Amino acid sequence: MLLIPCPWCGPRDESEFSYGGEAHIARPREPESLSDAEWADYQFMRTNPCGWHREQWLHAHGCRRWFNVERNTATYAIRAAYRLDEAPPHREDAL
Amino acid sequence: MQRYSALNIARHAATGHRHWEPAWRQAAPRRRYRVLIVGGGGHGLASAYYLAREHGITDVAVLEKGWIGGGNTGRNTTIVRSNYLWSASAALYEQSMKLWEGLSADLNFNVMFSQRGVLNLGHTLQDMRDIRRRVNANRLNGIDGEVLDQAGVKKRVPFINTDPGIRFPVMGASWQPRAGIARHDAVAWGFARAADSLGVDVVENCEVTGIRRENGSVVGVDTSRGPIDADRVGVVVAGHAGVLAEMGGFRLPIESHPLQALVSEPIKPILDTVVMSNAIHVYVSQSDKGELVIGAGIDAYNGYGQRGSMQTIEHFLSALVELYPIFSRMRLLRHWGGIVDTCPDASPIIGKTPVKGLYFNCGWGTGGFKATPGSGWVFAHTLATGEPHPINEPFSLQRFETGALVDEHGAAAVAH
Ligand SMILES: Cc1cc2nc3c(=O)[nH]c(=O)nc-3n(C[C@H](O)[C@H](O)[C@H](O)COP(=O)(O)OP(=O)(O)OC[C@H]3O[C@@H](n4cnc5c(N)ncnc54)[C@H](O)[C@@H]3O)c2cc1C
Ligand SMILES: [Zn+2]
Repeated sequence: MLLIPCPWCGPRDESEFSYGGEAHIARPREPESLSDAEWADYQFMRTNPCGWHREQWLHAHGCRRWFNVERNTATYAIRAAYRLDEAPPHREDAL
Repeated sequence: MQRYSALNIARHAATGHRHWEPAWRQAAPRRRYRVLIVGGGGHGLASAYYLAREHGITDVAVLEKGWIGGGNTGRNTTIVRSNYLWSASAALYEQSMKLWEGLSADLNFNVMFSQRGVLNLGHTLQDMRDIRRRVNANRLNGIDGEVLDQAGVKKRVPFINTDPGIRFPVMGASWQPRAGIARHDAVAWGFARAADSLGVDVVENCEVTGIRRENGSVVGVDTSRGPIDADRVGVVVAGHAGVLAEMGGFRLPIESHPLQALVSEPIKPILDTVVMSNAIHVYVSQSDKGELVIGAGIDAYNGYGQRGSMQTIEHFLSALVELYPIFSRMRLLRHWGGIVDTCPDASPIIGKTPVKGLYFNCGWGTGGFKATPGSGWVFAHTLATGEPHPINEPFSLQRFETGALVDEHGAAAVAH
């Protein structure tokens, strides 16, 4: 069971949250100018790392807000939670 | 290969069973092979076996980072069926079913394949319409199937709760008589032994750490036991597909999730078939030892930890006791998790990658055990010829660009 630190409500039990997958996937600004391969990359391809992962969570049974979490997919440790308008606290190469 | 037979058992009994040979050699990796298969699960071993048997290619090694059967092959709940909706899937899973039917004899290893049938329950009118559609599609594809009403379900599983007042009342089911279960360890061991006997090197404790490429073509791999060259490399690592793709310099439409299962204490025979429910998200069968084998859906988050959260278990156990109140006081013996490679359309990816000579077989997610022989059979063809077999052609990585997805969420929505 994960203990997830909601940036607004503090640490809460995983059962209050729902998962939103990989974070920081930006919707293309001009979808019509994308090739099929670029669209597939946006739509379907995922980094799926074994290790640190930036991901989206929704505090569904709490404040009902989305936020991002840095969680290790191998150990399940969580080292940061940050709001959507905040920059990720760790650099890319620390992932 | 030392054959297993009643006569041989009697012979070895005379010497106290002290002289059986190991089922496969402890092969050390050579410096070069024609074909390398990464991942010694059922699918990788079956690929090696059919490469040797169907295509005469024996200069092959299977590289496994742990031990044979330590991955999902040895962690799944062993349901085998072929009642998928679309013709592309029907061809793939039914090819597998046909191989299952002769597998123990082919491998000279008892995989305990037991065709005890599978019920997929329907709980709403729409469920029942979808079931009717799927059974009709199955029959048009030559796959056995029937639609049962509630009385038909009750006849097969007399203790199922058919109270109309429960949250998801049982209205009926699809019934595939040829479906069933098999002994998962035996499948891994049987394929390992049969491949080994045809000359394949089954190399355990050998982790692939890099995929070596030159001018866009694969030339070999780096491993924890040194570099190995190869003309072709087939990657069959289930939950680790994304990790190996990164080594190859590309991404996959796959996410790795924990999938959990559990077994109860053993009891007298009570359930002689397999019952699954997509809507309530639980399935159950009874092993030959008498344990109930119970599973359900994935944990929602990405995870490589081979463990998931207790709330997921609570969820499927509450579904179990609503459907089968008779099980409510049973004790559970063990529970565990595997890492499954889920794909957006609930269908596998079997074929070419952006790297020449590098082939992937992955994305089986929660439901690849049933496909073990068929997956190996088509992947062997792909590795031998460099081109997909017509059966795995629709399952290319390319489909995520063309949009020709093979959406099997209806037939595959619960983990099985
Ligand atoms: C709990 C659970 C229940 C399931 N129930 C069912 C079911 O009832 N019916 C069904 O059809 N399917 C079921 N499945 C799915 C099924 O188990 C899988 O789809 C299938 O076993 C995948 O086959 P595999 O041989 O590729 O996997 P695996 O047995 O996982 O083989 C992959 C192997 O690759 C190895 N590997 C990984 N990385 C490397 C590396 N870098 N170098 C070398 N080796 C590496 C791993 O150690 C592993 O042994 C279930 C899965 C789980 C977890
Ligand atoms: Zn909150």
